[in-house]
Order: sequence, then C-alpha cells, then structure tokens
Amino acid sequence: MAQPSCSDQRDRPEKGRCCPGPAGGPECGCESHATVSGSAAAGHWIVGQVDTPAGTIPKVEARLRFQDRLGAWKARWAIGRMNYAVVPGLYAVGEPGPDSPVFVTANYKMSFDVLRKQLADMSAWVLVLDTRGINVWCAAGKGTFGTDELVKRIATTKLAKIVSHRTLIVPQLGAPGVAAHQVKKRSGFRVIYGPVRASDIPRFVENGFDATPDMREVRFDFRDRLVLTPLEIVSWGRRALWGRQGLIIMLTLVVVSGLDRQGWLLHKALRLGPWALAMYAIAFLCGTFLAPLLLPWLPGRAFAVKGAVLGGVAALAVTWFRWDASAGWGTRVNIAAWAVLLPTVSSFIAVTFVGASTYTSLSGVFKEMRLAVPVHITATIVGVVLLVLGQFV
Amino acid sequence: MGKLAYLRNIVTLELHADKCTGCRMCMEVCPHGVFVLAGKKAKIDDRDACMECGACARNCAAGAISVRAGVGCASKFIHGQEHGTVARCFFRIWGYGV
Ligand code: SF4
Ligand code: SF4
Repeated sequence: MAQPSCSDQRDRPEKGRCCPGPAGGPECGCESHATVSGSAAAGHWIVGQVDTPAGTIPKVEARLRFQDRLGAWKARWAIGRMNYAVVPGLYAVGEPGPDSPVFVTANYKMSFDVLRKQLADMSAWVLVLDTRGINVWCAAGKGTFGTDELVKRIATTKLAKIVSHRTLIVPQLGAPGVAAHQVKKRSGFRVIYGPVRASDIPRFVENGFDATPDMREVRFDFRDRLVLTPLEIVSWGRRALWGRQGLIIMLTLVVVSGLDRQGWLLHKALRLGPWALAMYAIAFLCGTFLAPLLLPWLPGRAFAVKGAVLGGVAALAVTWFRWDASAGWGTRVNIAAWAVLLPTVSSFIAVTFVGASTYTSLSGVFKEMRLAVPVHITATIVGVVLLVLGQFV
Repeated sequence: MGKLAYLRNIVTLELHADKCTGCRMCMEVCPHGVFVLAGKKAKIDDRDACMECGACARNCAAGAISVRAGVGCASKFIHGQEHGTVARCFFRIWGYGV
C-alpha cells in the first residue's frame, strides 16, 4: 500500500492538501508538519483583550460557535481537513486576574475548543503550547507537549509576571511528555494534573483542584466506541469500498464469479457476483462497525482474534443460509472459500482498531501484528485459491 | 462487564521498589490505575492494564520506573501513519478533550 506522508489518503500531497504551507494549518490532530503563522489576533474566537503587567493578552470566547461545532462534526466523519491550529501563547477566558488558575493545552484547534468550552463559568488563563497542531495526548507521546516546551512557553509569555501563584493545571494525558518535578525545578511552577476528560474540569475545580480517582481513569465505553465507528467506516471505506483499491477488488470479485470450465459466463457472474460483493460488504461491516462496538463481548484479547471470531460467526450464518444439499460442488467450494475469506478480512480490519483504542500497549501490538499478519496472508491465499477453484469444479 | 484487557504478560513496565520514595505521583498520572500504594511504596497492581504511555516513568522523580513507551498503533505496520492514528487522535480529542 502507498505510504502517504500525512495521516490519511485525502491528505496526500498530490491532492495538494497536505502541508498547505504558511497560510494554512495542519490537516489533522495527529500528524502534521505545518507551523503556525500570523498574529495571535487571528481567529473568530478572539473577542477582546485583557491588560496585564506583561502586556495585553487576547481574550477568547468560552462559547463555541457554529463553525467550531461544524469543524468537530466534520472531523468525526473525516470530511475535509481535520481542523487547524491556534497560535501558541497565553489567552484569557472571562476576566482573569493574578489569582486565576492557569490551564495548559495544545495548539490543536479542537483541543483548545474543548478546553475553553469547559471554562465558561470561570475566569482563567489558558497557556497554549506549540505542539505543531497535534492534540495533547498524541503530542505528549511524541514529546512535543513536554517539559521543554512548557518551560519555554512560561518564559516567553512572562507568566510569572501575570499570575501571583505558581501553579499550572496540565491535562493528565499530557503526563507522558511532562515531568512535573523538572518543570518545578526549571520554572518554579508546580504542575497539578487535571482530569483525564475535559468535561470533568468544572467538577475538578469545585473539588478544590483535586481529581478524584474516577477522573483519572481512561475508559473505552460503548458510547466512546460508537462515536469512533463513522471514522472507521469512512477511513476504511474510502480505501476498501469506494477507493481505487476497493473498486479493483470488487471488480475482480465479479470477474472471477463468471469464470467457468467453458470460459467466462455472464449469467454465472450475475448469479455469483452479487454474493461475492455481499460477502465482501459483510466482512467490511464486521471489521469497521460490529467489531469496535462488540469489543468487550468478543472472545479473545487480541483484536485479530476478536475480528476473526466475529467474521466466523457471520460466515456460519451465511453458510447456513446458502447451504443446500442439492447444491453442486462448485457452490460448496465457493461457500468454503468465503468461510475463510470473511473472517480474514474482518480480522484484518479489526486489528487496526487497536490504533483507536485506549488500552493497548505498543509491545502488545507488536506481538499481535507479528502473529496476525502471516496468518492473514496465508488465509487470503487459501481463500482466493478456493474461490477460483470453485469456479471450475 | 469487566475492564477491557489486552494481551497478557507483554508490557515492559518495571518498578524498582528500592528507589521508590512513595510520592504517589505514578498513581496520579496513570490512566489505567496500574499502581497502588503498599505500605510506603508503590506496587504494580494490574500490570496487564498498562498501555505503555510512559507517564509514570516520566513523572517519577526518583527514577524508580522504567517502561518502553510508545503509541500502540497497528496502522504503523499496515500503512504508515494513516488510519488508526486518525481515529485515535480523534478519540483523544472527542473523548477526553485534550
Ligand atoms: S512516582 Fe516513583 S517514587 Fe513516587 S510512588 Fe511512584 S514509583 Fe515511587
Ligand atoms: S506506562 Fe502509562 S499505563 Fe503504564 S503504568 Fe505507566 S502511566 Fe500507567
């Protein structure tokens, strides 16, 4: 498969949308090479300014506008650019003074949006780090949301002159990049780790800036997984269904369906072709939609196993439906071929959901991939051979 | 329904209890409740729940924790940085607002 430099096919350079240059922002919250330019005054979210001993600080709205919500919705369906970046620096929400709390975030627009939305009922400072348009968690993993950048940003914004206290609230999921003790040593500021979910910020503040254990835990509930499925379907679909590779696969399936000892028969293609396409679609649905949703209830720990089991159940159902004692050997071999291919495709797609999950370790993923990929390849070969053979018996 | 669990006995997390000062920082930053306090020191309570994010090791001033940190992302193997990363990043923003 091709190796695009950005995070998804739609961002490929030949479409002219990857790394749009100085005027544009990064394409999404995960991989970007764009840098931010322009003044801090840019953006509809800036609604004024606040005077401080260190100069004027732009004031941002805590309310999200229609454009902001639309941007988030588009990101969910993977439409267009994922979003854009905010200029790093210090921002004011409400009417903050020297005693107001300081919340730290990344300069990915959506990260910034979710935070300011939660600050609606208070006055606070928001310190935006330059993570090159990447969200906190991913940036922390890469180290761009990290100790160095935080210490540097504290200095460049003259934060010590603006606030009288020496405390920063850093999202807990930024902790992989930030060493609280080093920040303290290098800047004098104490890091308090805030809740994992931005929506817990009001509760966290009420609780005296203390996160309760439930605010500290990352979960992966049904609703969380459901929200991810559109992105799964769209990002896989644009490759496997309506993308070039997908069209080639589907066309091949129809062509193969017409093969016969007597050559190529149209009526056979019309009879078996729709079946083949249906099997392909079922496998797609299992991998992109059902596997993520049913994740905790599918047996096995490895995603490849979960996907394969699901595909296997689907294959059984199909077999039960298609099996006919009077059917010839051709049909039987065809059914057998799909009984191999369906779980394979489902498993192959389900494995990539590891990337979206919140509890898988890199070592685990390495192990899973080392075992799963050879099995996928072998099973695909076996399935395809059976599929073609079935046309000739 | 219990917690979702990934592969067993595979994570690289190590705690060197002799260096631990019992500051509790690792318990604070871990998103999966891997550590508990046993007496005056940290103890690994649920090792298999570790996702190797590296937050604990980074924030342990005593240097008592080591882990090979990385993003567990299958898409790196299949097609570079494409698909799973987008979903993961989206989830991190949508689900956690970070
Ligand atoms: S952060 Fe380090 S020193 Fe503190 S409790 Fe955990 S292991 Fe011990
Ligand atoms: S690496 Fe992350 S998940 Fe694992 S124990 Fe440390 S903080 Fe917890």
